[in-house]
Amino acid sequence: MNVVAALLAVIGMVIVVWLGVGVLKLYTLFGVVIPYAAFLTLVIGLIWRMVNWAKSPVPFKITTTCGQQKSLPWIKHSRLESPANNFEVVLRMALEVLAFRSLFRNLRADLRGRKLYFGSSKWLWLGAILFHWSFLIILLRHMRLFSYPVPGFIQTLDAVDSFFHIGLPHLYLTDVAILAGLTFLLLRRLVDAKVNYISHASDYFPLFLILGLVTSGMLMRYFLRVDIASVKELTLGLATLHPKVPKGIGVIFYVHVFFVSVLAAYFPFSKLVHMVGVFFSPTRNLPNDNRRVRHINPWWEGVPPKFLTYCEWQEKFKEQLESAGQPIDEDCYEKKES
Amino acid sequence: MALPKRDELLKDVHYDRMPEKHWMDTKPEFRPGTYCYAGDPEVVKDLGLPNPRKWQPYDEDWKLPENWKEIVLNAIRDRMDRFRSFKLFMDICVRCGACADKCHFFLGTGDPKNMPVLRAELLRSVVKGEFTRSGKIFGRLAGARPLTYDVIKEWFYYYYQCTECRRCSVFCPYGIDTAEITILAREILHEIGVNIDWILKPVRFSAEIGNHIGLQPHTIQENIEFLLDDIEEITGVRPEVPINKKGAEILFVTPSADFFADPGIYTFMGYVLLFHYLGLDWTLSTYASEGGNFGFFTSHEMMRKLHAKIYHEAERLKVKWILGGECGHMWRVVHQYEDTMLGPAPKNLEVPKCPITGTVFEHAKSTKIVHICEFTANLIAHGKLNLDPSRNDHLVVTFHDSCNTSRGMGIFEEPRFILRNVCNNFYEMPENTIREKTFCCGSGSGLNTDEYMEMRMRGGFPRANAVEYVHEKHGVNHLACICAIDRAVLPPLMNYWVPGVSVGGVHELVGNALVIPGEKKRTTDLRFQPLKGVEEEENV
Ligand code: SF4
Ligand code: SF4
Repeated sequence: MNVVAALLAVIGMVIVVWLGVGVLKLYTLFGVVIPYAAFLTLVIGLIWRMVNWAKSPVPFKITTTCGQQKSLPWIKHSRLESPANNFEVVLRMALEVLAFRSLFRNLRADLRGRKLYFGSSKWLWLGAILFHWSFLIILLRHMRLFSYPVPGFIQTLDAVDSFFHIGLPHLYLTDVAILAGLTFLLLRRLVDAKVNYISHASDYFPLFLILGLVTSGMLMRYFLRVDIASVKELTLGLATLHPKVPKGIGVIFYVHVFFVSVLAAYFPFSKLVHMVGVFFSPTRNLPNDNRRVRHINPWWEGVPPKFLTYCEWQEKFKEQLESAGQPIDEDCYEKKES
Repeated sequence: MALPKRDELLKDVHYDRMPEKHWMDTKPEFRPGTYCYAGDPEVVKDLGLPNPRKWQPYDEDWKLPENWKEIVLNAIRDRMDRFRSFKLFMDICVRCGACADKCHFFLGTGDPKNMPVLRAELLRSVVKGEFTRSGKIFGRLAGARPLTYDVIKEWFYYYYQCTECRRCSVFCPYGIDTAEITILAREILHEIGVNIDWILKPVRFSAEIGNHIGLQPHTIQENIEFLLDDIEEITGVRPEVPINKKGAEILFVTPSADFFADPGIYTFMGYVLLFHYLGLDWTLSTYASEGGNFGFFTSHEMMRKLHAKIYHEAERLKVKWILGGECGHMWRVVHQYEDTMLGPAPKNLEVPKCPITGTVFEHAKSTKIVHICEFTANLIAHGKLNLDPSRNDHLVVTFHDSCNTSRGMGIFEEPRFILRNVCNNFYEMPENTIREKTFCCGSGSGLNTDEYMEMRMRGGFPRANAVEYVHEKHGVNHLACICAIDRAVLPPLMNYWVPGVSVGGVHELVGNALVIPGEKKRTTDLRFQPLKGVEEEENV
């Protein structure tokens, strides 16, 4: 039901574009208006998101310490897993964001009879790395459509990505990698009972959407060839804020653009914001220096705690204290008198 | 209530078979052994908490206040505004499932709602359903649902099937900490009077008497006298335990269980022997007589109220710094919360400095509180202790990292360094079950009550299983730990899963090994168990 709904939503989009561009010829709507609107939604949405998170304070320093703390000088502390200062936090975050460190740690638990076994399980890490890195590189590659002249590093990226010169036009490695990654992530969601059980339609939807995006892109490049010069005319126009819509670009291109637009607009309002959110995560982005450096909680600063003070306590247990020969604090009485 | 036999308990547990029904359509079943009793109305009233009344989780009607829904939604909104963690963790989970099989309660029950991701989803779905437009429109497709009476019951059931151990957080790619969500969920439930007795009674004792068991000042002293008698009998030396001594250099705070409960008392004997050996100028307080903080399992406000007395007492006694005993969640509170909620430390406190070695504990510069393992490890490293590890030869030892000190503090090496120096037979449990990947004892966060025994044995199963492994492989017969709750709850766990393994603190073993000037030849350890070789000698 969840899977079907998500799949239908994506198929629905293809139909919308086919009707809108193929039948009703709404080129400007699909080529200019929707992309601009989506891009704006993405930017404003992300800013709103970040401001919204930032508005809530981090009252406590709740670093998850996955390694030895910095304490005695002769004990080697774990700079990456239990960072002692902001520089080490940056290292930890970099490893987290660029290499998915925590996922790399993943284990798989198995129960056989009364015995538990733990095996290393790096498939999720691999699938995630393949997908995310390919996506990033593909995104960067696309910059050549939005820039003139095309910056050198993008050309290099392009060259490296199509290094093996398979087929014509040359097959991009990242195209294969992203398909592999996405397929794995999707299959895992369908096949692994646990992951299947926790999945909502909103977990399948982005997978189908991005699969659609990648497929339409590949179709366009390798099979249904669209006129790249016209495409660049349009994209460069969008980028320079002088949009114009050249004639004769195939519907498949508009499908691709529509998927991108939907993804961009959907991004800030869905789980996809994890990409930005991870930087805000207080278990990872704070140093483990709690006893060295004081952290301020805005809603408690200046608000003294209410509790049973020593003098009140002494009043209560005076007899017991005396009979046990424990000292009575005379200061309690002096204070009262004055 | 009858606890199922060891070999029966896991019969129906599978990690790869999920129920047919969608999780939103299942309700918890309040089966004896799997839930804790509700808070006693007297206690709830004494603590000034809302909605005191007689009720039990298995009742149909929980007698919630009329406007319970409004209270809960307001409480959620309030926590969102005050905790970025909460707001963020509600937004960024991608349901990748990396945390799914990391929770000991999932591993011991196979219940999908014990997967950390789903545990968080129990709240997340309501946040989505009640606070977002898309959630209201798309409902279940977006993972959203409305807040209902049954949801409250479900929250109670599953947020008290989480020991706030943070194991899930280690594996989550975004560091989502389900423990943090559980902490806040419990806080929210408290606002409508949904709570458990085993936590609230200790909280009341701590608030009114000073420690969670309700030991009064003279009782603490009497207990200590008994322990000193035993020490004298075993070692021929009678150390002194200064109580409420103004002007001492160091205030020592430890969980109150160390004063009276077996096997914590042996750890206490270890501390006392060590301080005596060093000639330390220290004092104990019968007022600040609790390091453990059951308020932490109730609400942030309650945690603060109970912990305030430590600095307050350090100020009154005019000590120079504070030394903390072996305790898990006490140390999580001291390390992660103390300075923020009660600091800056009183002016009379100085940056802790070991009077024996002169080492300055720079890492405790602000709070002025040092962990006893840091203190002792430093002494050993400087060669200040005369140790005879062979006195622990009757023990084959392994070490249990408690979740709080490991994942909430990062103390891994200090206790291990001590153990390697005080005993000859030390073996680690398998790599994936120790250090930051350590498994909870299964009874933390106030769940160590007897009516909950089945769930405790299930939750403690992964820990016990790793012990069983080294028990079979290396003949391990003793489980050392640095947490008072561990010392209370691991013995029944071991009895159930791995009979023949005893449990004790690290400083108990220090006390055994420490050669004290003027002591007599020891024939037993601190538990009056014969040392290795002694029995044979006597039989000759
Ligand atoms: S590991 Fe983190 S992101 Fe993945 S399901 Fe668990 S909480 Fe969500
Ligand atoms: S904090 Fe511990 S008990 Fe709670 S969900 Fe995570 S792993 Fe399970």
